[in-house]
Amino acid sequence: MNIHNASWVRQDIIAASPRPAAQGGVAEWARKNLFNGWLSTLLTVASVTIVVWMAMALAPWLSNSIWRANSLAECRQILDGASGACWGVIRDRWPQLLFGFYPPHLYWRPVLTFALLIAALAPILFRAIPQRALWFSAVYPGFAYWLIWGGSLWFPVAVYCGVVVAAGLLYLTARVSRGLAVASATVGAALWWTYAVQLVSALADDVLPIALTPVASREIGGFLLSIIIGVTGIALSLPLGILLALGRRSSLPLIHLLSVTFIEFIRGVPLITLLFTASLLLNYFLPPGTNFDLILRVVIMVTLFASAYMAEVIRGGLAALPRGQYEAAEALGLDYWKAQRLVILPQALKISIPGIVNSFIGLFKDTTLVMFIGLLDPIALAAAIRANTDWQGIYWELFIFIGAVFFVFCFGMSRYSIHLERRLKTDHR
Amino acid sequence: MTKTLMSQASSQNYRFMLQDVAVEITGMNKWYGEFHVLRDINLKVRRGERIVICGPSGSGKSTMIRCINRLEEHQSGKIVVDGIELTSDLKKIDEVRREVGMVFQHFNLFPHLTILQNCMLAPVWVRKVPEKQARELAMHFLEKVKIPDQAQKYPGQLSGGQQQRVAIARSLCMKPKIMLFDEPTSALDPEMIKEVLDTMIALAEDGMTMLCVTHEMGFAQAVADRVIFMDQGQIVEQNEPKAFFSAPASERTRKFLGQILGR
Repeated sequence: MNIHNASWVRQDIIAASPRPAAQGGVAEWARKNLFNGWLSTLLTVASVTIVVWMAMALAPWLSNSIWRANSLAECRQILDGASGACWGVIRDRWPQLLFGFYPPHLYWRPVLTFALLIAALAPILFRAIPQRALWFSAVYPGFAYWLIWGGSLWFPVAVYCGVVVAAGLLYLTARVSRGLAVASATVGAALWWTYAVQLVSALADDVLPIALTPVASREIGGFLLSIIIGVTGIALSLPLGILLALGRRSSLPLIHLLSVTFIEFIRGVPLITLLFTASLLLNYFLPPGTNFDLILRVVIMVTLFASAYMAEVIRGGLAALPRGQYEAAEALGLDYWKAQRLVILPQALKISIPGIVNSFIGLFKDTTLVMFIGLLDPIALAAAIRANTDWQGIYWELFIFIGAVFFVFCFGMSRYSIHLERRLKTDHR
Repeated sequence: MTKTLMSQASSQNYRFMLQDVAVEITGMNKWYGEFHVLRDINLKVRRGERIVICGPSGSGKSTMIRCINRLEEHQSGKIVVDGIELTSDLKKIDEVRREVGMVFQHFNLFPHLTILQNCMLAPVWVRKVPEKQARELAMHFLEKVKIPDQAQKYPGQLSGGQQQRVAIARSLCMKPKIMLFDEPTSALDPEMIKEVLDTMIALAEDGMTMLCVTHEMGFAQAVADRVIFMDQGQIVEQNEPKAFFSAPASERTRKFLGQILGR
C-alpha cells in the first residue's frame, strides 16, 4: 500500500483474529499494581505493615479463646495472666442475646417465625420461586404476630378481614367512581379495625378457641426485637417512601405540600427524639386507658423515619428518568397510576437500589437506638450482662458478637442488592 | 431514493371520498411562560390525509403536534381530535390518546421491557386485550415493521433504526386512527433512515392518517398530501407537495427550502 497515493481500494476483508495472550505473570502484575513507582511501593509496604501488625496483635487474643467458662473470674483463672478472649459469656448468655426475656420454654415460637420469614421472603426476593408462593408472604405478617405475641389466633384473622372488607367495598363501588371506591374502602377498613375486630375475634374465640400463651412486649428483646423492628420497618417504609416520593413530585398542590412537609419535618428531627415521643409523649395524646403497645409505637416511628429518607432516595431515581419515558407512557394512553406502576417505578426503583438498600441497612442498625427508651435490644442486654457480677468487666467479646451478627444481616442485604442490580440489568452494552 | 419513493405513492387520490375530519384545530395559541410559541394555528386534517410539517428549529412544529395528544396544553383556541374536544378533562384526554399514536425522535422505548412486552403493554393495560391476543397483535405488527425475530430482546440491544421501527409497531398495536411522528428520523444514522421511512410509507399506503414533523423532503414529495411550513410559531404556507416544492409562495419558505435542499 502506498499511503501517498490518494486512490486505494481494499481487495480482501480482514477476518477477526484472537487477541494476543496477556503478558507477564504474578511478578509482572505486582510490578504494575503494587510497586509502580516509589509512592506506590511506599504505600504497599505501609499497608502490609499495618495489616500484619493488627493480625499479630489480635492473633494471641483470639487463639487463647476460652469457650468453657461460667464467669469472667473463671476465664482469668484458666488464662493465668495471658491475654485471651473469653467467649464463655456468649455461650452462657446467647439465648438472652437472641430472645431477651422471652419465656425459654417458648423459644420454638420465635425460631419458627424466623424460619417462616425466610420462606415468606424467598418468593419476593428470588425469581426462581413460583409466584403462587406470594400468598404465604401476604399471610405471613399476621401469622408471625400470632406466633410471637401469642393470644387468640382470631385477632390477626379479624385484622386481615379488614383487608377483605376494603377489597369488597373497592370492588362494589369501583363502578361508580374511582375516588369514591378508594374513600369507601379506606373508611370501611378503618371502621372495621376500630369497632369490629375485638368483637369478631371474641365471638370466634367463643365458637372455636385457638390460642397460644400470650407473651408481653416487655419480655421480647435481643436480636428478636431488632429483627422485628428492622423487618417491619423495612417492609413498610418502602411502599410509604414510594407514595411520599410520588406525592412530592405531584402536580396537586395539597398533596405536594403534605409530602414535602412530612419529609422535611421527619428528616429534620433525630430518630431518638421520635423514639422518645413514641415512648413518652404519645401516652398524653392517646385517650386514657388505651393500651398502645410500645413495640408497635416504636415500629411506627422507625417506619416513618425511614420512609422520609426512602422518599428522597426514590425521588432521585424518578428524577433520573428521561422525560420521554413519561411522554411515551402518556401517549400510549396509560393513566397516571398505570404509567407509574408499569413504566416509571420499575425503572426508578432499579436506579435507586443502592440508595434503598443503604437506607435499609441504616434502619436495621438504628434499631439499636431503642435501648434509650427502655427496650431490651442486644446493646441494652449487653449492658445488663456486664452489670451482672459474673461478667462484670467483660467488654470486647459481647460487642464483637453483636457486631458480627449485625454484619451478617447487613452484608447479606448488600450482596442481595448487587445480585438484584445484575438481574435487572437490561442494557446489555 | 426520492424517485422510488415517488413512484410508490402515486395514484393515491381516491382517499378523499371520505370528507371526514380527523383533527381540527381552530385559533389555537400557546405560550411557554411569556413566550408565544404557537400563534393562531388553524388546521383541518381529513381522515386518511398525510401531512408533513417542516420549518426551522424552534418554529413550533413539534409543539403543535404534541398539542394534538395533549402532551402539551394549549391556552386558547380549540382542538378537536376524532370528534373529541381536548380540554383539561382527563377522561377525554385518555380517550384521545387511545386513538392517537405517537412516534418520538428518541424512540422512548421502555428499556426494562422486551420488544414484545413493549408492544403488548398498552393493549393489555389500556384496551384490556387478553394476553394471548395481545401477543398475536404485537407479533403481527412486529412482522409488519420486519423485526419479528427481535421480539425477545431488550431495546438496548437493537440499532436505532430497529428501535424506531419497534416504536412504530408499539403505537400501531393500539390500533390508532391517527399517527403523529415527531422528527422520527432525526436521531438516526443516515444508513438507518431509509428503513424507517419505508415503514412509514407502507403505513401511509394502508391509509393511515399521519402528521409528520420531518426534514425528509423526499418523503414529503413521495407520500404527503399536503406540506405545511411553519416559522415563528405560525403556519406560513401550506400546499400540495408538487406546488410547495416547485413554486413556494412566501419568501421565508423559499429561503428555508433553499437551505435544506441546497438550491
